[in-house]
Parts: sequence; C-alpha cells; structure tokens
Amino acid sequence: MAARTVLQEADIARALTRIAHEILESNRGAEGVVLLGIPTRGVTLADRLGPIIAGIADTEIPVGSIDITLYRDDLSKHPTRAPKRTEIPEGGIDGKTVVLVDDVLFSGRSIRAALDAIQSIGRPSVVRLAILVDRGHRELPIRPDFVGKNIPSSRTERVNVRLKELDGADEVTIES
Amino acid sequence: MRHLLDTRSLDRDEALRVLDVAEDMAETQSRQIKKLPTLLGKTVVNLFFEDSTRTRISFEAAAKRLSADVINFSAKGSSVSKGESLKDTAQTLEAMGADAVVIRHSASGAPRTLATSGWISAGVVNAGDGTHEHPTQALLDAFTIRKRRYGADSRGRDLSGLRVVIVGDVLHSRVARSNVWLLSTLGAEVTLVTPPTLVPQNVSQWPVRVLYDLDQALAEGPDAVMMLRIQVERMHAAFFPTEREYSRLWGLDALRAATLPESSIVMHPGPMNRGLEISSEAADSARSTVLEQVTNGVSVRMAVLYLLLAGERNDERGEAK
Repeated sequence: MAARTVLQEADIARALTRIAHEILESNRGAEGVVLLGIPTRGVTLADRLGPIIAGIADTEIPVGSIDITLYRDDLSKHPTRAPKRTEIPEGGIDGKTVVLVDDVLFSGRSIRAALDAIQSIGRPSVVRLAILVDRGHRELPIRPDFVGKNIPSSRTERVNVRLKELDGADEVTIES
Repeated sequence: MRHLLDTRSLDRDEALRVLDVAEDMAETQSRQIKKLPTLLGKTVVNLFFEDSTRTRISFEAAAKRLSADVINFSAKGSSVSKGESLKDTAQTLEAMGADAVVIRHSASGAPRTLATSGWISAGVVNAGDGTHEHPTQALLDAFTIRKRRYGADSRGRDLSGLRVVIVGDVLHSRVARSNVWLLSTLGAEVTLVTPPTLVPQNVSQWPVRVLYDLDQALAEGPDAVMMLRIQVERMHAAFFPTEREYSRLWGLDALRAATLPESSIVMHPGPMNRGLEISSEAADSARSTVLEQVTNGVSVRMAVLYLLLAGERNDERGEAK
C-alpha cells in the first residue's frame, strides 16, 4: 500500500488559480458563470474556485452544488447511498454558463449523471467541466474543459484527494 | 432497508434516515422535471386487499416519480374474489418480476407473513394492515411536524421535547399505533385522548399518557393535534351514543382550535368526516396541515421506495439479487 504524493498544497492552489483564469478566458469574462460542485469534494473545490474567479474579475460568482446520487446508473451495484444536497444559486441556471466542478475524473459516469441532473433543473446555454485530477480510463465520450493535472494511473490504483476543509490537509496521493 | 413492516421496530437512526432522504426527495419535486431516473427498470406492485384511494395514489405517484413501473392490483374483481390465497397471489406477482410489493390488507400481520414466509424475494412495504400499523402514514406525519417546526433546518433533527396529542378512535386505528411508536422513538411526548370505550386494552404498555378530556389536553398547548378519522366501517358496537355527542366531546371545532397557541398545528390523515371529528373551520385554517401531509406523503414514500430498492439487495436467503 505505497502512497505517493502527486500534488501538494501549493500545486493545488496554483492549479485552481490557473483554472480560474482559463474559465474567464474561455467565457470572455465572468458574465453568466455559475459554478456547481459535485459532492463531496467537488463542492469544496467550487467553494474555493468561486472567490478566486471573483477576485480576478471583481464580481460575484454564484456557487452551488448538484447531487448526482439519484441519477447514477450503478445504484444497484453498491449499498444504498444517501443523496447529498443540491443547492442551486439564486438566479438559477437557465441561459447561464454552468461549470461543473469535481475532484477526480475517471470513468465519466458521474459527469453523465450530473448532466442528467442539470437537465432536470434547467437549461444552461453552456455546460463546462473543471476537474482537479484527470486520471484517464474514460468509459463514456466525456472530456474535461479545465484540468488541474493529468495523472496517468492504472485501473487498480486509487487516487485520493484530500482537502483542508474536510480532511485537514491539501494533497493528492496515488495508492497502488 | 429490506422491508418496511412497522414503525415499532424502527430505531431512531433508521427513522431519521427515511425522513432525511424524504427531504432530498421533496426538494426534487420543485424542479422543472420532477421525474428522477433512479428506479428505472424496477417494478412496484400495489397489492390492495382493502379499499384505499389516497394511499394507493400516493404510492403510485412516488413510484412513478422515481421511474419505476407500477402495477395496481386490487382485490375487488380479481382472482382473490375467486378464492385465491395470499401465497398464490404473491407468487404470481413475483413471477411477473415485482421488485417491491406495497400491501394493504384487512388482516393484521399480512405484510409480515408476506415478507418472512419465503414466498417472494421482493421488498415488502406495509400500507396498512388491519388494526396493526400504517408506517408510511406515521413517517409522513413525523416529517410534517418536523418540517413545520424547523423548516429548511429539519435534516438530522428528531422531535425531542415536542408534545403531540392524538385524538379519537385509538382502538381501531393503525395510524395511531404507528404514530405512537415512531413519535416516541423520535423523542416526542405523546398523549392519547379517546372515549373510554375506544382505549386499547394493552395501552398501559405503550409509551403514552391517556386522557379522556380533550379540553384538558388542548389547555396544555400541544405542538401538534392529530385528529383520527372515525371509521364508520369499523363501528360494529355502540362505542359512543351518537355522532353528535362524539363531536361535542371529542371533535375539534373552531372554538377549541382557537384555544391553541399560534404555532400549534392540526393534523388529519384523511379522508375527513367534516363536522364529526373535525369542523370545516379547523380543517381549513392556517394551522391545518392536511394538504401538506398529502404532499409530504409522496416524498416520504419516494424515500421508502428508494431505500428499499435502489441499493444492492440480498434476499432472505442471503443470495444477491
């Protein structure tokens, strides 16, 4: 069970700052940007990303969360999961540029579920995907728009994202 | 959760889990698209041996909102009226691929028999059995009390310190029994107010206080007053002289409702006998939660079906299904 650290606190902070700039660049400003985190750690990352973008663009960025549990396609393969909170910022998502935020992109199935969840809530004009770690092994035709770091991994390895707010420290480790 | 047969055997954590998931389900019901794909491909059978409109519709709505297929089976006009046994009916449904069976039966214990006999592997939900229990009604009542009390801050909270008065025919009421167990598990203090002829024999073993005087109970300013329906179909003996006398002594009229504190709520599981156990003024007042209970019923039943059907399941014999 050897775990090696692939991202440290400063790396994560730099990655988020770069993603914030990339979001503003691709959207040509902060107009209409809404961040939606996918529980659990995607929400924490969205909560950090919001103020960073707001600081650069000097405007408020609405941040919310979107639960995907009820939209998953693998529910019957795991013990029953409790749904998590969905909080859509005031102003909704219709016609907005929704940026989904998650910690790790793996099979792509969570994102598929999140897209279905978004569809039932409203109709954004654009949906983008921001990811802290892309570890490959996609099972669906889904790709991220903003990536903190690409970490090639084998299917059997575990990628752990730990964040201060929840785990006491900021780091990304890979376990084989 | 494999079955939901009663509230007596639910512990606090299990009960709160259902209520908290129901909060999540309630939130999805304000979306543009209310239907969730969660139980796509699952089949829920409503097996109703007793007449019921609202409970059956509520379960049907809950199952459909979760994308499950619903088959309604009512005993009237079915093979049951030709003398088919519960076992054969159940096994027929199983052979059709039922994943959950929602059963209402006039015999107390019928759902338990269905769940434990090994006839079927589907999850069983008790939708009312005889004078035994009606667990989803109690869960939606608890949900309604909690929601009125704590609003958006309801998650994870129990009903500690809240005082609930249940008024009416406790003897024949499965709603009262399920509520007594659930509300006391959640920490509420339950008082029963009932005519002396309609007190159950074993009530001394229940975690409740029994009063005969409604005005005395209302004077204490309870947080919730739950009126039970006088079930005319179960009034086989002279439990009270006349309906007018019952209404005068144990009915909630406008005058009595006015003595309650501002924040107290008035509940009724429906269908109401207006003018008998509850007056129109009380039933239609701002403190009445009758319609909220109906709305919350769908959310609570969605939660129950979700917890029963969504995760991986093992049947009674321990085989993965």
